[in-house]
Amino acid sequence: MTLKARRPDAFSPGRTPPFEETAKESLADAQLRRNLGKATQTIRRKRAAAVGEMPDWEALREAGRALKTRVMRHLDEYLLRLEESVTRAGGTVHWTRDAGEANEIVAGIVKGHGAREVVKVKSIATDEIKLNEHLEREGIKVHETDLAELIIQLAGEESSHILVPAIHKNRAEIRELFLRKLGVEGLSDDPADLTEAARLYLRERFLSAKVGISGANFAVAETGTVCVVESEGNGRMCTTLPEVLVTLMGIEKVIPSWRDFEVFMQLLPRSSTAERMNPYTSFWTGVSEGDGPQEFHLVLLDNGRTNVLEDERGRQALNCIRCSACLNVCPVYERTGGHAYNSVYPGPIGAILTPQLVGIGRDPGPDSLPWASSLCGACYEVCPVKINIPEVLIHLRGKVTRHKQDRGGLSAKLNPENAAMRAMARVFSDPRLYELAQKAARVGQWPLARGGSIRHLPGRLAGWTEVRDLKPVPRQTFREWWRESRGEG
Amino acid sequence: MATAKETILRRIRRATRDVPEGERPEDVPVERGYLLRDEGTREEIVARFAENVAEYRATVRRVAGDELRSAIREALERRGVRRLVVPEDLPEDWVPEGVEALRDGPGSRLTNEELDASDGVLTGCSLGIAQTGTIVLDAGPGQGRRALTLLPDYHLCVVREEQVVGLVPEAFARLEATVREKGRAITFVSGPSATSDIELNRVEGVHGPRTLEVLVVRGRPPAGTG
Repeated sequence: MTLKARRPDAFSPGRTPPFEETAKESLADAQLRRNLGKATQTIRRKRAAAVGEMPDWEALREAGRALKTRVMRHLDEYLLRLEESVTRAGGTVHWTRDAGEANEIVAGIVKGHGAREVVKVKSIATDEIKLNEHLEREGIKVHETDLAELIIQLAGEESSHILVPAIHKNRAEIRELFLRKLGVEGLSDDPADLTEAARLYLRERFLSAKVGISGANFAVAETGTVCVVESEGNGRMCTTLPEVLVTLMGIEKVIPSWRDFEVFMQLLPRSSTAERMNPYTSFWTGVSEGDGPQEFHLVLLDNGRTNVLEDERGRQALNCIRCSACLNVCPVYERTGGHAYNSVYPGPIGAILTPQLVGIGRDPGPDSLPWASSLCGACYEVCPVKINIPEVLIHLRGKVTRHKQDRGGLSAKLNPENAAMRAMARVFSDPRLYELAQKAARVGQWPLARGGSIRHLPGRLAGWTEVRDLKPVPRQTFREWWRESRGEG
Repeated sequence: MATAKETILRRIRRATRDVPEGERPEDVPVERGYLLRDEGTREEIVARFAENVAEYRATVRRVAGDELRSAIREALERRGVRRLVVPEDLPEDWVPEGVEALRDGPGSRLTNEELDASDGVLTGCSLGIAQTGTIVLDAGPGQGRRALTLLPDYHLCVVREEQVVGLVPEAFARLEATVREKGRAITFVSGPSATSDIELNRVEGVHGPRTLEVLVVRGRPPAGTG
């Protein structure tokens, strides 16, 4: 899918289009659906195998859930402990309320060292605050070093998957992009060749960069240890070679103690890349003399996380360890891909995280996300920290609907979907009315049904099809078939 | 005006006002019902380690203590290594004759360019994890700082059998003192660098060493191996 220009997402200013609007565009893209289908099926199968060999998987999930629950209930205390231990280990901790503050702090550190370029390892939190755009505006060139992030950065696009951001692009598209942007010649579309081109291009950047920027998968309150989990080695490069390291992390990423890695470092790789262990994991505690960056900054980011914490039921969305297993099993994600969600957090987890982070009732895009689900529950089953995503989705649907009603007064009462629900309730409660309605529907639908679905209902019922297509009423109802085949009424 | 820190802490306290006043973090129950130890025999655990490392398309060879030096020599010859990076405290006799040792230590740092231009690196390790085929480096004896095992394109790593633990929790338990007392950086290496970013095809070798070779040593290796 070629996005000509970056369109606003839930975390950028301006109105974000609702899911059902952008999903239609994605669904119309056959290449995208082929790429996605292949990718999600492959990861699903591999994940099932990696998890299947763990006899204690359920106990690990339960421990992961419990640890995260403990952290969220006492987040203030854990953050204070983290600040103390990072400082003791020679690092500097910065607290930032929102994207603007975080961006300014990071830019300030980079400029303070006179650096004009930075190397950066994939971090969704930095995508959330649009750090790259901010740094570019400040005259700082940002080199994304994760292969997929490099691909989408060169293409000027947005990530479509937490783990495999360029999942929507195939090898031919990537080859064409590298030929155009990296100035290489005679490149084949073999993934090994494409990877080699990226290796050579980025090696020079790693060797010359003065400042590295990373996110964090976990940070330990007790010891101040920060952890980055990765595959390619670009994370090691960014956190080892530069003189200065700046790590941005959401405040929810703190874990209590060093020992808790024994839970999360088992849950994350198998859920994420379906491996027993990912190729590289870096753990660093402040600065180590003569080894790696001699200046370390940890930037703690709120940016709406305390809003999420406020909701007792929705709070569990903060437990997410960004494995992306829920994306890969989701029947909706598999068909629409990540861009349809208009958020750096796509898929089922994004559908509960995004609206809570930006706040309900502020933007039609995030408000539409709790409906981007069939509530099949597959996401809950695979979640390594047992986030009950369907429960939160329903809870948020209620919140969004109530918000619309509260704000709308009379107009909300006349809201087509609300009115439609009330009319349906009357019809469903009376068998005679119900059968009459079915007959009427069959006769009345012919001008509406097109190609096996009804996309727009007229009048007051339009609210229903604003967010979903409708199957036409069949020629014969079940009740009619029953009467006919049994010969009774 | 309140600082960002004060504001965030206040927001958190307001958001969690449902949490009873006297509740301590430790009061929230965490049941660790998962496996903490591999009850297999030493031989089973070491064999599993070798098998799982090999599954990542790393080369693994199990050797006796007195075969170590010749195994190192053969590996380096096969690879054509002439300029070999080694941590300063690596046993001197591990480096075969005819191979130039580029020693790195607190007193004599190799530059990133020198590391990049070398043919490979030879180190020991802190631990091996059988369950996941992972090698753990903690900048301890025979391992050097992190850049040493990152920039060269070939990493030959020596793991002693008694360094191999069974399960992931055993590894974190063993590393706890290093982190708490010394605060040293720790790297988990599970196979060579890899990516699956292009159509989910696994490609070995992106930015880290593209070739990882592991020698698992049985019995006492020559003196001074840390």
